[in-house]
Amino acid sequence: MTQVTQEQNVQIIKLVNLDYRQYLTPDEVSDIEHEVSIMETKEAAGIEALKIVQAGRGWVSDDSLLAISQLLKISTAQLEGVATFYNLIYRQPVGHCVIHICDSISCHLLGYEKVLEAIKSHLAIDYGQTTADGMFTLLSNVCLGGCDKAPVMMIADKHYEQLTPEKAITILNGISQKISTTKKETLEHEEE
Amino acid sequence: MTADTKPLTHLINLNKPLSIEEYINNGGYQGASRALKDLTPTQVLNIVNDSGLKGRGGAGFPTGMKWSCVPMFTNEDGSQKDNAPEYKYLVCNADEMEPGTFKDRYLLEGHPHQLIEAMIIASYTIEANRSYIFIRGEYHLAAKRLQQAIDEAYKNNWLGKNIQGTSFCHDLYVHSSAGRYICGEETALINALEGKRAIPRAKPPFPQFSGLFGKPTVVNNVETLSNLPHLLKNGADWFKGLSPKSDPGTKLYAACGRVKSAGVWELPMGTTIREILYTHAGGMLDGLNLKGLLPGGASTDFLLPEHLDTPMDFESIAKAGSRLGTGGLIVLDDQNCPVAMVLNILRFFAQESCGWCTPCRDGTPWAVEVLTRIEMGQGTVDDLDTLANLCDFMWLGKTHCALAPGAVEPLKSALRYFHDEFEQHIDHGCCPYSHHYSHVRSVNSANYTKAVVKQRGL
Repeated sequence: MTQVTQEQNVQIIKLVNLDYRQYLTPDEVSDIEHEVSIMETKEAAGIEALKIVQAGRGWVSDDSLLAISQLLKISTAQLEGVATFYNLIYRQPVGHCVIHICDSISCHLLGYEKVLEAIKSHLAIDYGQTTADGMFTLLSNVCLGGCDKAPVMMIADKHYEQLTPEKAITILNGISQKISTTKKETLEHEEE
Repeated sequence: MTADTKPLTHLINLNKPLSIEEYINNGGYQGASRALKDLTPTQVLNIVNDSGLKGRGGAGFPTGMKWSCVPMFTNEDGSQKDNAPEYKYLVCNADEMEPGTFKDRYLLEGHPHQLIEAMIIASYTIEANRSYIFIRGEYHLAAKRLQQAIDEAYKNNWLGKNIQGTSFCHDLYVHSSAGRYICGEETALINALEGKRAIPRAKPPFPQFSGLFGKPTVVNNVETLSNLPHLLKNGADWFKGLSPKSDPGTKLYAACGRVKSAGVWELPMGTTIREILYTHAGGMLDGLNLKGLLPGGASTDFLLPEHLDTPMDFESIAKAGSRLGTGGLIVLDDQNCPVAMVLNILRFFAQESCGWCTPCRDGTPWAVEVLTRIEMGQGTVDDLDTLANLCDFMWLGKTHCALAPGAVEPLKSALRYFHDEFEQHIDHGCCPYSHHYSHVRSVNSANYTKAVVKQRGL
């Protein structure tokens, strides 16, 4: 990563050094090192490392990327190329839950567009956007392998099948209620 | 359901797959036991070759032939040759992302030990000491169950060092992917496993010589591998007897779309489309008629109702002008627009193109643009020529891998079979089915705008 400053009309680009040990948690480091141990090269653990960091932090920030590239001794540019190639790695902040709605052929034949429309209206977001309360991000996904129970969507690691507009909204309300309750309880717990 | 007619699926339990004890009590790990204790790798290879087992991932390449190319490094006295690499690899391709295909998910979620046993047999045959199950990132439940099963297998000495007292050692890992359809292509999958962008490699060298980390590697589909325990247990003749009229073995066929009961069924190879669609899937939903179907996932050519009596095997489907692919029927009814269907499929391929070669990177979005125009009622007769030309530009031999030709197959066949519908769109200036598919661009719908205004207090 670089920091650009202006000094007497000269652009100075400083390389920012970041120590991965100060940035990644010991758990993250040991998980990544385990992945390295089952592969022949360090580079091969790159995708898994991005997933490990994302699992705890929600998304992969520039600092996360830099820390991982340092730990695995690969160039930041190369890791960025990898991170932006795969659709399940998020390089931008996302909401608490990411909705992946399947837009492939079986779901199309069973009218997923109506479900999508309902979700968009209900949450007032379009693809790639996050709700104002930071609860949901909406993304499309290729075939989720639930064609016999289409239309399908995936939220976190759970698949929801045979959706109708009403069913989808009930599911979203349920999730958002559950999360708010947990958040409230944690807050109360902390206050005590 | 019995072991004799449905060997792959008769023990499947989607709610709670068999534990290793339950599987062993039901005859599990006998195939691996026979291979490891009674047979040499060459003998196992001969059985697989005799059986005529063909790959179930889509291309239908004979499995034994694929394995026989792997260089072997063991001397006759059992010692290793000097030039033996530290590792050889087996990779299970569980990156099931072909639209309309969900058969591997059943095997992975419902019967993980069958796959583990199969991988032990395959690894033993090619002398691989490490293997990976490359599973798509969206299959969380399957990955979890596989990991549990692998842990059980390690505890029971079916994986690890000196398996069941033999000299064979093997480690098996689950690698969960981070998305992208192209990872299903075997050389792209190898790049993905190496932590790179999943761009297919040029062949040769074939993975059997230089694959994962430059070492000999075999990549096999989940269903292909799952046949092995039964093949080893019962022999090649039994396997051929499973489907007397056609390619050997059983096949997991599936059907989806607006049919009465979509699902997946293990049937003898060569079961007719009619039987799958009408006996097993229960036929079309009431009030709908069959208009066409894709026999093996989104990247296969359309077939018509006149092809209903075609047996679903590699040769017969090829004769009818399509490909068996994954064996998952995608059924088009007469109230869904064929142009919209092709548009959806091409949009999928345009999005999933890895971007490496120009015909695919630029051709697929171009086709989407033209198809969108036609579907919206703004197409011209020239657009049909453009699509036909694109089919030619993206055909086999002009692209880096089979993704773009896979996109061409449904497009080209739709242009042939549904020519009238394409012309109707152009002549009438609208989609004749528009009551169903009116929201090609639904972003700025009135509802959406209203909701935004309400929520943001504008």
